[in-house]
Amino acid sequence: MSGATTTDGIAAVSPASDASTAGGTIAVEALRAGYGGEPVLHDVSFALAPGEVVAVLGANGAGKTTLLRTVAGLVPVASGRVLLDGGDLAGVRVEDRARRGLAQVPEGRSVVAELTVDENLRLGALQRHRGRARDAAVASVYELFEPLARRRTSAGHQLSGGERQMLALGRALVAEPRVLMLDEPSLGLAPIVVAQLMGVLRETAASRGLTVLLAEQNVTSALSIADRGIVLALGRVVADAPAAQLAADTALRHAYLGF
Amino acid sequence: MDRLLFLLATGLARGAIFALFALSLVLIWRAARIVNFAQGAMAVVAVYVAFAVTGLTGSYWAGFASAIVAGAAIGFAVERGVMRFAPHDSPLSGVIIAIGLVMVLQSALGILFGATVRPMEVPFDERPIVIAGVPVLSPYDLFVLVVAVAVMAALGVLFTRTSLGLQLRASAFAPEVSRLLGVRVSRMLTIGWMLSAAVAALAALLLVPTELGLSPHSTDVLFVYAFTVAVVGGLDSPPGALLGGLVVGVLMSLVTGYLGATVAPIAVLVLLVVVLLVRPGGIFSARQVRQA
Repeated sequence: MSGATTTDGIAAVSPASDASTAGGTIAVEALRAGYGGEPVLHDVSFALAPGEVVAVLGANGAGKTTLLRTVAGLVPVASGRVLLDGGDLAGVRVEDRARRGLAQVPEGRSVVAELTVDENLRLGALQRHRGRARDAAVASVYELFEPLARRRTSAGHQLSGGERQMLALGRALVAEPRVLMLDEPSLGLAPIVVAQLMGVLRETAASRGLTVLLAEQNVTSALSIADRGIVLALGRVVADAPAAQLAADTALRHAYLGF
Repeated sequence: MDRLLFLLATGLARGAIFALFALSLVLIWRAARIVNFAQGAMAVVAVYVAFAVTGLTGSYWAGFASAIVAGAAIGFAVERGVMRFAPHDSPLSGVIIAIGLVMVLQSALGILFGATVRPMEVPFDERPIVIAGVPVLSPYDLFVLVVAVAVMAALGVLFTRTSLGLQLRASAFAPEVSRLLGVRVSRMLTIGWMLSAAVAALAALLLVPTELGLSPHSTDVLFVYAFTVAVVGGLDSPPGALLGGLVVGVLMSLVTGYLGATVAPIAVLVLLVVVLLVRPGGIFSARQVRQA
């Protein structure tokens, strides 16, 4: 985002100073990955520009979760590369990827059930903020998601599905990532809650210039906030196009997205 | 009545040691899901270190400090050197490795120091403190209680009030999510082992002077009782370990005082069986909050 204001040599240096808040670039090149044996992903390539919101679409088993887990470092890469801001992430551990600004909200409301709402948020803020700044960062999540503020001392397992997803998203945002990956955030939530969540996601991404990779089965919701969509089928990219174009492409929707 | 008071106070002091040792088992169970059968042998190695340091310096307190440091170092070595490589697919592999470790450590101590029992001196008066004409407990028992309470309070603060404690708990409950949030889970596991082994070393150091003395097998019985305490209290529950320790300590003291020392182990085993029949998860076992 900040690079867009000037075109001279200084601009190339200045983003480093606010790198903690500006969006990053994430790219995968000819990626093959899986859990041993036959890979789940075959020759997957795409790139996200800073601040871009991209939906990863596809049927169950298309490889969306594997793709996100591979980028996070949880699934080994068989061949190909994962690049964060142009740097190869090969050999970088999961926790160090997170510290470099690559956040992931895994599938199934990854709230730590035994910790309170406040502790979950502090855990998210731990690596990025110290002391007072940490308190302020946590407070900003309560402003973003008011229902959480009333449940500060509740344990994770006492929350509703919607509250858990808010907490998981808030906990990722409090670390001020440059790239945020979400795996099926709408799963099992009421449509009105999904709409709220997507709204917050869109607003936050726009205001912070956050790069977002959103894996979703809920195609309509995902495309409503995405700039672009990537369609996976059996571990391969079968379409990569602007969101509006994908939404209008009936043939593609019938073939790969099931409606 | 005087006798009852004395037995209760002595039982509490002994129970505090059981509680500390049980707490150390709970710490490892929560962090690594391993019942560390080598905990007693690891602790006795640390007590030998303390014994040697006290012998060299002439200071009980230098030995006291070195037992804690040695305990943490042994915890580090065992986790990084041995337990890290235990296969995770079977809960038995950790147990078998731990039992092997017991044999190695106790044999090594036997080879190095012999099997003789060495009395351990403490800088405390043996005679009980008398309050209003009633002998209550010995200064050493009082010291044991104070140390136990201080250690438990410190651990409580560490786990509930500090960032390190938050990361330790999160790593134990949800390792993958913690890693995704940037927590160095593998380092937390090592710290968990170090903390646990240091607490166990301290408990063993407090116990040995109340027994015949130091030998490679000094902690065998302590381990059995503390294991009972941990199961009675619930392996997942630090408060359970504390209360369970005090209950077992007082029970043993009362049974020993009124029925004889030989009956005490039987009383503890009866307690274990009753708790396992009535509440298999332990009295304070956590509610199941995690489905996956």
